[in-house]
Amino acid sequence: MNLCRVLGTVVATEKHPAFHGRKILVVQPLDEKLAPLGKSFLAVDNSSSAGKGDVVLVMNEGNGARQVLGDKQAPIRSLVMGVVDRLDVGSR
Amino acid sequence: MYLGQVIGTVVCTKRVSGLEGARFLLVQPLDHQRQKAGPVEVAVDRASASPGTLVFLEGSREAALACDPWFVPVDSAIVGIVDEVDT
Repeated sequence: MNLCRVLGTVVATEKHPAFHGRKILVVQPLDEKLAPLGKSFLAVDNSSSAGKGDVVLVMNEGNGARQVLGDKQAPIRSLVMGVVDRLDVGSR
Repeated sequence: MYLGQVIGTVVCTKRVSGLEGARFLLVQPLDHQRQKAGPVEVAVDRASASPGTLVFLEGSREAALACDPWFVPVDSAIVGIVDEVDT
């Protein structure tokens, strides 16, 4: 799983049935200092509470995503698994 | 998943079995600011997109899962048409 920041949402009416009723977010991968790392991508929101600006936990593996969604044939790879409250990096 | 813009169509008569009837479109992957993000690719259209449309795509194995039948050699599929990106 990766840390990402939610940049916004995608509105789509015409889409594959597996996406019906699901929120699609634009997310930017982050490093451990919460600095942007690499290209933005889209992820389905499974936490149902992530909003713009939030740091979230994104799984980028299809089999895990399908297991969480309970749909063995959903064409979904990226899934927001949780909203990060805090990071503690390094030793004291 | 990632955003892209359909920039054209691909005419391809002879193709492997499983892909009969599939519609191939040329897509330019984009980032959230609609800037080019990587090289143009050919994607199977599963959302009735047309040239000029902003779409979202699924890559790798998930692209094949979006197809019917789903066990097909496909690595990129258009799975939705984007009405709006709110960032």
